[in-house]
Amino acid sequence: MGGIPHDHYEAKSNSEKWLQRRLPIVGLMYDTLMIPTPKNLNWMWIWGIVLTFCLVLQIATGIVLAMHYTPHVDQAFASVEHIMRNVNGGYMLRYMHANGASLFFIAVYAHIFRGLYYGSYKSPREITWIIGILIYVLMMGTAFMGYVLPWGQMSFWGATVITGLFGAIPFIGEPIQTLLLGGPAVDNATLNRFFSLHYLLPFVIAALVALHIWAFHTTGNNNPTGVEVRRTSKEDAAKDTLPFWPYFVIKDLFALAVILAVFFAVVGFMPNYLGHPDNYIEANPLSTPAHIVPEWYFLPFYAILRAFTAEVWVVQIASFLTAGIIDAKFFGVLAMFGSIAVMAIVPWVDTSSVRSGRYRPMFKWWFALLVVDFFALMWLGAMPAEEPYASFSLIASAYWFGYFLVILPLLGVIEKPLPQPETIEADFDAHYARKSGDTKTLVNPAE
Amino acid sequence: MIKKHILSAVVAMGFAVPGAFAAGGGGHVENFDFSFEGPFGSYDANQLQRGLQIYTEICAACHGMKFVPIRTLSDDGGPQMSEDQVRAYAEQYEVFDTELDDFRPATPVDHFPESALENAPDLSLMAKKRAGFHGPYGLGINQFFKGMGGPEYIASLMVGYVDPPECAPEDFPGYYNVTFSAGGVPDECLDDHGHSTVDGTWINMAPPLYGDDVEFADGHDADLHHVAEDVSAFLMWTAEPKLMARKQAGFAGVLFLTLLSVLLYLTNKRLWAKVKRKE
Repeated sequence: MGGIPHDHYEAKSNSEKWLQRRLPIVGLMYDTLMIPTPKNLNWMWIWGIVLTFCLVLQIATGIVLAMHYTPHVDQAFASVEHIMRNVNGGYMLRYMHANGASLFFIAVYAHIFRGLYYGSYKSPREITWIIGILIYVLMMGTAFMGYVLPWGQMSFWGATVITGLFGAIPFIGEPIQTLLLGGPAVDNATLNRFFSLHYLLPFVIAALVALHIWAFHTTGNNNPTGVEVRRTSKEDAAKDTLPFWPYFVIKDLFALAVILAVFFAVVGFMPNYLGHPDNYIEANPLSTPAHIVPEWYFLPFYAILRAFTAEVWVVQIASFLTAGIIDAKFFGVLAMFGSIAVMAIVPWVDTSSVRSGRYRPMFKWWFALLVVDFFALMWLGAMPAEEPYASFSLIASAYWFGYFLVILPLLGVIEKPLPQPETIEADFDAHYARKSGDTKTLVNPAE
Repeated sequence: MIKKHILSAVVAMGFAVPGAFAAGGGGHVENFDFSFEGPFGSYDANQLQRGLQIYTEICAACHGMKFVPIRTLSDDGGPQMSEDQVRAYAEQYEVFDTELDDFRPATPVDHFPESALENAPDLSLMAKKRAGFHGPYGLGINQFFKGMGGPEYIASLMVGYVDPPECAPEDFPGYYNVTFSAGGVPDECLDDHGHSTVDGTWINMAPPLYGDDVEFADGHDADLHHVAEDVSAFLMWTAEPKLMARKQAGFAGVLFLTLLSVLLYLTNKRLWAKVKRKE
């Protein structure tokens, strides 16, 4: 593994040497845990641990839930009620699993927006970024299929609406939709394959997480300055970094404990606050709910999906140019997937040579607007599809694409960045002034 | 109660929300103060027993509760009836036993019967499936600060039967309820845009409670407002029987993690002090 120069594991005892020659697993664990980490990381760098914890929590609770759950249209809903009423601690398992999904998405959005602000996606971390987006897409698929399993009204109609999106793809849409559903409509076959995939995908995510960590352990972490760790020598690198253990493990665990205290308050006192009450009504294919609303973490993209109606001129032009192949429905689907795709390509559309948003005076404001835009889209996704929400959704969607496709490329050209610190050490010392008398405080002329 | 302190603080800050508000479909839901609201709220076993009596004598004529095992009536955090009482209670129901291929009296291990009428929805989860008014503006503020949810909806529905508004024709079928939002309204009550001009909608269910419908053994008030509240509390328990155990687990979790946070904070501070040159 390339990376920042540092002391590697050395087998000492004979048994350690014996194992190291055959399987260097202790060495791998040592190097992973002792990885040099920029010492100026701020509190936005804690989400990785939170996300790892969420994955473990979801897999652990999910495996036990699967022991008591029945993936059959006639019994799924009742088996969830069985978990809630009869299984020892079943109500906690299920509420932790359901709210764990929400925590997972809160953490992933914080993690993504941290990356977008500090330029963590920029060279040489493109692969880390792309794997991250893949993990996020798989998370959405897993969460969506998990939401179908309780077989409530929102499960059923959510599945109907979302699989219907694939049906909007010209020519090949219907076969894809049939393949997803296992039949012409959402039914027992759908429930079974969703259950199977909901159990499988988290392990694919776990594998991608390993790659994600491998990738950024090779390039080194980004940090709030975006300035790279000095790699000229082990001594220089040591001035910019601290080993992950114990400094960042303890820091991250502290943050995790605070976040989990809030999480347990939600699970204990308001576990259904983030859920949709209609999902406590058993699925009924003959009765469509008045408002079909996805879970909160899908709302921004749901808003983008619905924003492009047949009245929008872009849609009309697209429809005219493609002789009707791209209709409003398909355009919406393209826009929704496109809104994630533009995030994936951000390493190549951002033309600025400066990595961190901290030294980009104009970028800061556009980025702040993007965050506001994201929350606006989230709110709009929950509102009914009528005026004035439809117009707001269109404006907010336009900004989302505009940020990635127009603003980021232009900013790199017109923006005059602020001076960046020479080294991470300099940035760190600027925040934490050394005591007087220290031999290294030569920068202070009074000494 | 904590919740009330939070509420008064919010009112003081000028973010007050009206005591009653329009639900998604235009239904009118009032805020009730239930004993089980807030992090420290708990079920009142006597109230749950009164609610069970109302359910048994009135609701059960049409509705069922197929997800609720009768034995749970003696569970901690529920109506806490004695096992003998539960056994005696179960016997009034007949269940079909597939092994006997015949009906037999129910025992505590059986569930409450299913709804007797096809269009009478199951009540097991009613208090959770009718918590759907995340107002105002979909932000869930009423739910968060006032603990408003399904029980409020059910109680409001019970007291929400009033005389039909003037716009409705004399012979319009069904009953008018200011809380119900899933029914329809006569065309005469729509404006030019097709929006309803009245609160609530028409409902098929006849008013189930009028007040003094039941006589409680402990002589508790049985006026409409009280029975509506009691039966709503009972239905909250049927929907969320583990509420009290869940809150205790949540409380223990928050307490433990807060303590752990403090310890980790101090550890972290000490660990970094050397690096940050603060000592």
